[in-house]
Amino acid sequence: MSKKVAFLQGNEAAAHGALYAGCNFFGGYPITPSTEVAEVMSVELPKIGGKFVQMEDEIGAMAAILGASLAGSKVLTSTSGPGLSLKQELIGYGCIAEIPCVVYNVMRGGPSTGMPTGPSQSDVMAAKWGTHGDHPAICLVPASVQETYEEVIRAFNLSEKYRTPVMVMPDEIVAHMRERIVFPEQGEVEVVSRKSPSVSPEQYKPYDTSFGDVPPLASFGSGYKFHVTGLNKMQDGFPTTKAEIVQAEEERQVRKVEANADDIVTFEEYQLDDADVVVIAYGSTSRSARYAVNAAREQGLKAGMFRIKTFWPFPDKQIKALAGKVKGFIVPEMNLGMCANEVERCAQGKAPIHGIFRVDGEPINPDQILDKMKEVK
Amino acid sequence: MAFDYDKYIRPGKLPHIWCPGCGHGIVMKGLIRAMDTLGLKKENTAIVSGIGCASRLPGYIDCCTLHTAHGRAAAFATGVKLAKPEMNVILCGGDGDGTAIGGNHFIHACRRNIDMTYIIMNNYIYGMTGGQFSPATPTGHKASTTPYGNPDPCFDIAKLAIGAGATFVARGTAFHANQIDKLIVEAIQHKGFSVVEILDDCPTTYGRRNKYKSVIEMMNRLKEVAVPVKAAEKMTAEQLQGKILTGVLYKEEKPEYTAEYAKVIERAQAK
Ligand SMILES: Cc1ncc(C[n+]2csc(CCOP(=O)(O)OP(=O)(O)O)c2C)c(N)n1
Ligand code: SF4
Ligand SMILES: [Mg+2]
Repeated sequence: MSKKVAFLQGNEAAAHGALYAGCNFFGGYPITPSTEVAEVMSVELPKIGGKFVQMEDEIGAMAAILGASLAGSKVLTSTSGPGLSLKQELIGYGCIAEIPCVVYNVMRGGPSTGMPTGPSQSDVMAAKWGTHGDHPAICLVPASVQETYEEVIRAFNLSEKYRTPVMVMPDEIVAHMRERIVFPEQGEVEVVSRKSPSVSPEQYKPYDTSFGDVPPLASFGSGYKFHVTGLNKMQDGFPTTKAEIVQAEEERQVRKVEANADDIVTFEEYQLDDADVVVIAYGSTSRSARYAVNAAREQGLKAGMFRIKTFWPFPDKQIKALAGKVKGFIVPEMNLGMCANEVERCAQGKAPIHGIFRVDGEPINPDQILDKMKEVK
Repeated sequence: MAFDYDKYIRPGKLPHIWCPGCGHGIVMKGLIRAMDTLGLKKENTAIVSGIGCASRLPGYIDCCTLHTAHGRAAAFATGVKLAKPEMNVILCGGDGDGTAIGGNHFIHACRRNIDMTYIIMNNYIYGMTGGQFSPATPTGHKASTTPYGNPDPCFDIAKLAIGAGATFVARGTAFHANQIDKLIVEAIQHKGFSVVEILDDCPTTYGRRNKYKSVIEMMNRLKEVAVPVKAAEKMTAEQLQGKILTGVLYKEEKPEYTAEYAKVIERAQAK
């Protein structure tokens, strides 16, 4: 049987990926350039008995999906820059209360209203540091329509597996371009659901670490009664200020993601075997980078690309290893050097970093990258 | 026989954090009696709150409880209810939580007419943070941030709820403790978004700044200003000066949100 194919926009693909992953609740607030996700979900969810709600603002949308997730739904919200800023308060709530949810954020120019229809990659640091306090962060940065579909599925799987909010952040170019997409068959791609409790309601504790760093999560209305709070909590879910418990719980929340970086971090190595000039790119910028690498190879330059697919946790290990082997890194991005700073941290002075930073709402073109490659000596 | 509150209180979670004389505990007892009257199943009941002294209430009750972020209870609760319409969803919190930072979520929950009951404990002040003025603090009154008297006009919370589209709105007071459970029972039975405002007191941060010598004095004031709606019908405008109406202030039957969404599902599936 031949597979179903379609010609879709990144945002539409994201919505269909969510549905494949079992999403049955969407809460949102319209914002360019992400609104198509909400529109598709409003059409598709009721068909499968799922729920779509347009809330009064992004804080409300984030709150609604967290509430729905606690009631057992697989949940999604979509937004862009200004909306992401509003969601940050409750993304933190999702982190501390350990509630699975997926936040799809299309990166447009900022800060503030910025450039609503212009592409950008300047929310990648907000994905990690946007909400206050120490917390885990998982952020995926797809580069094509097909990959947006697949990464949204993976985001649901990771959020359910690790009981934490997961962000998917395409830039506006990826979100709005149209490409051919091949849909997987039902059952072809793994779909993960949260671990539910194996103990009786009387014995259940929502943060019971005897089951590991990711405790099973019951849902409201399933016979289990439990308490959820945004305060630092004990294993039974009730607030505490006991120093040793707070310290241990905070460390666990971060560790459950960081210690599993190998399971979460994904990347693509393109022409790296003998490369001495390596472009580190992500999202639509990586498409220009691939073009530039091919052009450079034709001109006899030993160029390659390390493409980041998982921005958080950052691929520290891989970039550290590369830094010892290359003459230099080129980091093109549609911001003023957010990824470049991370690369610098990983390179530990072993390789120079050449940035190409654009915040004018224009994509970075292959020529700019090729020219920069020639500067690396 | 005395009512047994313990059957709804979470074992080991008392004493509560509230100050002696705080009205929030009176409201909690009213809620428990109402839950008992209705025979609400604990595991099928979610109690959702924001942040503040009043919002600590859910932690003491043995149900599915969700202590959210400041002002966000109504929006979290909307997610719970829409995902599981078969659950009883009760919200609670303070005047500040519900009408300042949470004002937007509050009015939109009213507008949607989603079947939940919101108990607002109005003590006219931000109690938890030490007594700053709230949108319910009367003009001229003292708070830690209105040392010269509050210049702001205040909300009439019940009117706000009615204006925003809530289909059941009632008001009671912490003094009239025996009426609280009856209002809450009626509110929960109502199909739609119901709001029960309970005027209570914060002796610690509001009473002492506004020349109340004791909790008893604060309670006596509630007793004096409260006029049941029925009694008010026979009173002149002059007699009603400075009084506050109590009882069921508004009731209307209107399409309920989760039922309407079920119809959306039907329409989508019929296509
Ligand atoms: C986002 C945010 N802003 C401010 C606060 C600080 N804060 C905590 S409780 C509170 C006021 C609570 O007042 P109210 O809702 O009337 O409850 P009460 O304590 O009077 O019962 C404030 C301002 C907070 N927790 N979160
Ligand atoms: S500060 Fe006021 S509202 Fe808070 S517990 Fe004390 S009396 Fe009650
Ligand atoms: Mg108050």
